[in-house]
Amino acid sequence: MGNENNILDQVTQGEYKYGFYTDIETDIAPKGLNEGIIRLISQKKNEPEFMLEFRLKAFEKWKTMKQPNWAHLSIPPIDYQDISYYAAPKKKKEIGSLDEVDPELLDTFNKLGISLEEQKRLTGVAVDAVFDSVSVKTTFRGTLEKHGIIFCSFSEAVQNHPDLIKKYMGSVVPAGDNYFAALNSAVFTDGSFCYIPPGVRCPVELSTYFRINTAGTGQFERTLIVADEGSYVSYMEGCTAPMRDENQLHAAVVEIVALKDAVVKYSTVQNWYPGDKNGKGGVYNFVTKRGMCKGSHSKISWTQVETGSAITWKYPSCILLGDYSVGEFYSVAVTNNHQQADTGSKMTHIGKNTKSTIISKGISAGVSNNSYRGLVKISRRAENSRNFSQCDSLLLGDKCGAHTFPYIDTQNSSSIVEHEATTSKISDDQLFYCLQRGIDTEKAIGLIVNGYAKEVLKQLPMEFAVEAQKLLSISLEGSVG
Amino acid sequence: MLKIKNLHVSIEGKEILRGLNLEVNPGEVHAVMGPNGTGKSTLALVITGREGYEITEGEITYKGKDLFELSTEERALEGIFLGFQYPVEIPGVSMTNFMRTALNEHRKYRGLDPISAADFLARMEEKRKLVDIHDKLTNRSVNEGFSGGEKKRNEIFQMAILEPSLAILDETDSGLDIDALKVVANGVNKLRSKDNSTIIITHYQRLLEHIIPDFVHVLFDGRIVKSGGKELALELEQKGYEWLKAEAV
Ligand SMILES: Nc1ncnc2c1ncn2[C@@H]1O[C@H](COP(=O)(O)OP(=O)(O)O)[C@@H](O)[C@H]1O
Ligand SMILES: [Mg+2]
Repeated sequence: MGNENNILDQVTQGEYKYGFYTDIETDIAPKGLNEGIIRLISQKKNEPEFMLEFRLKAFEKWKTMKQPNWAHLSIPPIDYQDISYYAAPKKKKEIGSLDEVDPELLDTFNKLGISLEEQKRLTGVAVDAVFDSVSVKTTFRGTLEKHGIIFCSFSEAVQNHPDLIKKYMGSVVPAGDNYFAALNSAVFTDGSFCYIPPGVRCPVELSTYFRINTAGTGQFERTLIVADEGSYVSYMEGCTAPMRDENQLHAAVVEIVALKDAVVKYSTVQNWYPGDKNGKGGVYNFVTKRGMCKGSHSKISWTQVETGSAITWKYPSCILLGDYSVGEFYSVAVTNNHQQADTGSKMTHIGKNTKSTIISKGISAGVSNNSYRGLVKISRRAENSRNFSQCDSLLLGDKCGAHTFPYIDTQNSSSIVEHEATTSKISDDQLFYCLQRGIDTEKAIGLIVNGYAKEVLKQLPMEFAVEAQKLLSISLEGSVG
Repeated sequence: MLKIKNLHVSIEGKEILRGLNLEVNPGEVHAVMGPNGTGKSTLALVITGREGYEITEGEITYKGKDLFELSTEERALEGIFLGFQYPVEIPGVSMTNFMRTALNEHRKYRGLDPISAADFLARMEEKRKLVDIHDKLTNRSVNEGFSGGEKKRNEIFQMAILEPSLAILDETDSGLDIDALKVVANGVNKLRSKDNSTIIITHYQRLLEHIIPDFVHVLFDGRIVKSGGKELALELEQKGYEWLKAEAV
């Protein structure tokens, strides 16, 4: 891990050296957050009136709110007036070839098995000459259009599909839902939008990588996925390569709506810069992710592999409104060094015969802190509903912490809620057993950790799963012995 | 193969091995016997490089190399295999994945490419039959939910796959019924060759009815107090260890 951090340091610092900031600032808002800035954002983006209203309402709400402090996290004070909330899309400095990239970073990519083309894209090598990404995207777009699927940036959707945005934006995560969601609603600049028409099974995994006109992930990203009746979509967010970002604070919102009989699978691999070995730097990731199973027999499944960020505050949740709807949450969260994660899920059962599953696997190493926080709420109406939660913690070493905070609120007697929790350690005996078979410590930890997380990893789309497996091993390199 | 000279080992300040000598040549089978708590497992763990043991005196050479210069996994890769007295469970890691990883590490060490999936499965199948282990076990996680006897067979199974030069079997016979014992012995005998050596640690004579050792040693109070041929095992079985106390001082 130490190595990786150094590389990340070098790379990020390298960009400052190359004058990353100097050539772009023709279009940047002054620091600070006020109504004027929000109007500026909306105007720059040429938004319809309802968008401005949404933003201003959120801002009014946000001003009355306080940053939550109930999580098992120690968050350094954040000065929200010291952030610039609008900048024209930043251009990455382009370099000629991979030969100019730090060999150690390339080594990490190779360990992760990331293809050469992908490596070039991630490190900002000009790709046109070597890899015709435009044609891939065009083919991809053609496939989607044929099925009537809309997949575009949020800004584009606001311009081209205002009715859908107006109808669904904020319907799952209201503008003033929580402090970070309110902030996002007030100032977000872009994100992704996806609509799957009735009865359509999206034939490809939708990945933000293929979204047209993407300009990197924003600090306040917003995603809206609407799966119309009887449709199916599998959506992948993030990538396993180490993601560096000069923005320390990230507050994204993801909303999913599943209508009758629709199925949405949302997979995330999050590997943002976690800070250095001493806990300096790193991204704060405060995300609100929520899905609404609006129609009967609908299903939303969240799968996440979280290895990055200095602080993670994230609870992908499901509101099970439709009868017989299903919510799932599968999570592996790794914390190492000084990382802190407070993550889990909320399952709110409202419809009858609704079912939810929570499988959470926390892995802590170094002096990190890893908490699971979950709420299972079964309303009076939600007769014959079921939840099963399994929360496991794995500790590497004895300086890290694992905590479980399960909350259960059942308001009818025909429902069944089951909760299981375990805490285990990688024992010296297990490591010695592996070593004695010729498997070195790092490989052994990789094997054991991947075995431990298997139930979650198998939920990921195939190629994502293979990469995620390697990522888990790499994230824990040097954490024992 | 293996030469141990005047080995002294302490755990947490307490001396367990107190001047142990042992020489094992290629092709030989040695039995190390002795009552509980005399340091038999300690010897096996020191040879294989388990942490926590303080070597205060003495030396071990293996294939002419100073063993203490090699890391734990290097010793394994150099062909030393330990059949554990208490095999550990590794949840979530399938036997297949575990053994393929181990075998490929051995191959890499010898400059070979990873084994193909088909060849590996064929090898698993062949060795599985040798130790008569149920194929449902090889699909399970390492040792998880295995009975005591299954765990021991699984050790021999792993040995068969890795084909070590020096196998140390620590009480592989304890907890086995007579049929299982025969299976284990059969496995060991099939793998016996003029180049490989085996150290069998046991405190019963019965395994030695099926695996005929070239030498029998009695470990008592941290030292080898008596060595002899296979008939020594029988003598021990009849007389117990008490009569050797005198020789231990
Ligand atoms: N990890 C340990 N810590 C402290 N004492 C130990 C440890 N392992 C073994 N011992 C002690 O060392 C002695 C020899 O143990 P062991 O080698 O397991 O004997 P054997 O295998 O011959 O039964 C015993 O007295 C035992 O209690
Ligand atoms: Mg023993």
